[in-house]
Amino acid sequence: MAEIFAYIPHSAGVAEDIAMEYPDAAKKIDAAAAVTAVVTGSGADLDKVVEAMTGVYSSVIKIDNEALAYPNAEVVRKALVSVLPADAIVLLPHNTFGMDLGPGLSIKMDASFVADVVDIDSCDGTTLKVVRQELGGAVSTHVSCDVAAGAVVTVRGGSFVPAEDAAAGGAVVDKSADAGDLACKRRFLEVVEAEVGDVDITKSDLLVSIGRGIEEEDNIEVAQELAEAMGAVVSCSRPIVDAKWLEKSRQVGTSGQTVKPKVYLAMGISGSFQHMGGVKGNPYIIAINKNPKAPIFQVADVGVVADILEFMPEFTEAVSG
Amino acid sequence: MEILVCVKRVPDTAENEFELNSAGNDLDRDDLVYSVNEWDNYAVEEAIQIVDNVGGNVTVVTVGDDESEEVLRREMAMGANNGILLSDDAFEGADGKGIATILKAEVEKGNYDLILTGAQADEGAGQVGGMLAAMLDYPYASLVNKVEVDGDAAIKVGREIEGGNQEMNELDLPCVLSIQTGINEPRYVGIRGIRKVAKLEIPVKGASDLGLDAATVGDAAAKVKRVDYFVPDMGDGAEMLDGSTDEIIAQLIERIKSKGGLA
Repeated sequence: MAEIFAYIPHSAGVAEDIAMEYPDAAKKIDAAAAVTAVVTGSGADLDKVVEAMTGVYSSVIKIDNEALAYPNAEVVRKALVSVLPADAIVLLPHNTFGMDLGPGLSIKMDASFVADVVDIDSCDGTTLKVVRQELGGAVSTHVSCDVAAGAVVTVRGGSFVPAEDAAAGGAVVDKSADAGDLACKRRFLEVVEAEVGDVDITKSDLLVSIGRGIEEEDNIEVAQELAEAMGAVVSCSRPIVDAKWLEKSRQVGTSGQTVKPKVYLAMGISGSFQHMGGVKGNPYIIAINKNPKAPIFQVADVGVVADILEFMPEFTEAVSG
Repeated sequence: MEILVCVKRVPDTAENEFELNSAGNDLDRDDLVYSVNEWDNYAVEEAIQIVDNVGGNVTVVTVGDDESEEVLRREMAMGANNGILLSDDAFEGADGKGIATILKAEVEKGNYDLILTGAQADEGAGQVGGMLAAMLDYPYASLVNKVEVDGDAAIKVGREIEGGNQEMNELDLPCVLSIQTGINEPRYVGIRGIRKVAKLEIPVKGASDLGLDAATVGDAAAKVKRVDYFVPDMGDGAEMLDGSTDEIIAQLIERIKSKGGLA
């Protein structure tokens, strides 16, 4: 069985949560395998993350280079191709960085690629069998992946059991000298911070959140009336912002705002993992959707199968009493 | 600027309720409604806007069967100048790498400055663009929500990253970008627009036209394969309320109050 390597994403000297989930994923691939953390970066922030990872992993590879100070996927790819063995199984986060890095890395390592894995079913010889979702979470699939020549696997955050920080006393191997030529054709310029909107949805205890079920821009008023009657704030899922019906600052999700209300009213929202990734703090989730099979009903506390365009006006009237 | 946009015909998630077939190992595909992958419309719109500004041509390409021609025609009705259908029995069962290998062969027959894909399609892997770029040794950026063309040597792009932030990068041309929804407002295509392009010829190319060894693409070469579809056991899920709307609303109001959401 090939060695397993876990790429640790981090910022400001702190590893992302996925770093604690890889060991569980690795164990499900091969219970006997040693999993090695790989941390790229530069300077003191990198050292902080490497130090923290020695508490979780028995072996930590450190690659320190100024060109890696910001995780530009093309630069990271070059470093990993230089440092990792050809038949490695590489675990990456399925986030905006892993999506940027993974497919190209698999080509350069001549390895198989499987994205957005939510569970590992088995690994029989060189056949890895994983669980994925398709069609926006509407269906699940088993996918087999030949790992004989290595594999790049992106892992969905929150899918595996986080490891306890157990003072693993891991050994640090400095591979900075092996990173090779990191010159590249894509140059990172800057991060532009999200604009602050007129309403701060992260401060509200009660959110009336709307999705595709609102159907038309004119119907947003119906949600606003309900929110007003309840003293709540209107938030939304991605399609509403894509359609420019509400400003980006009202979008809940991994690519929008992270909210922590007490009660979350999901109105006509299907409940993709990207959307639910922005709903934190274990709120009471009420889902209203006309599709009884909408994934939102799997994660909500209470659900109603109804057309929100008929339901919301009656709700408003009842609340206004 | 010569732009190639890679598109895909997919089951429409807004129009279908997905059910498993009687054997329980595949979708029941009999009544599925197909359309062009939502992300791809944004990619085609972006390509058209770039060409409107700096000149050039937009070509749309897909790997698929005869029925995929309709999505090429739809994108041509939006304003793409040319369509190419890559189709061959030998392509069936291709995994992401196989699709990227087929597209690479077509890219090398042209002279493209910019190649666009949707950020992801029905399978949600978001893999073909990044693979294609690596095969071509072109730079790549995923989840692009802003493109600024200024000169022929490089391009400035914004990527959507976590928390609503935007990561700005400069890429040498030629390059590959995967386009995120929301970057623009794709134009509407009506029946009349489709009719206008109904007679335009769309060349169909197979493995031999592309100089591809059939054994390097398709099912035999695929290292990643879907085994089955299934419905996972997600536990109990939500408590579903039924009854009259009035009763349901009264219950919901009670619960919102008890959870501290309403005074």
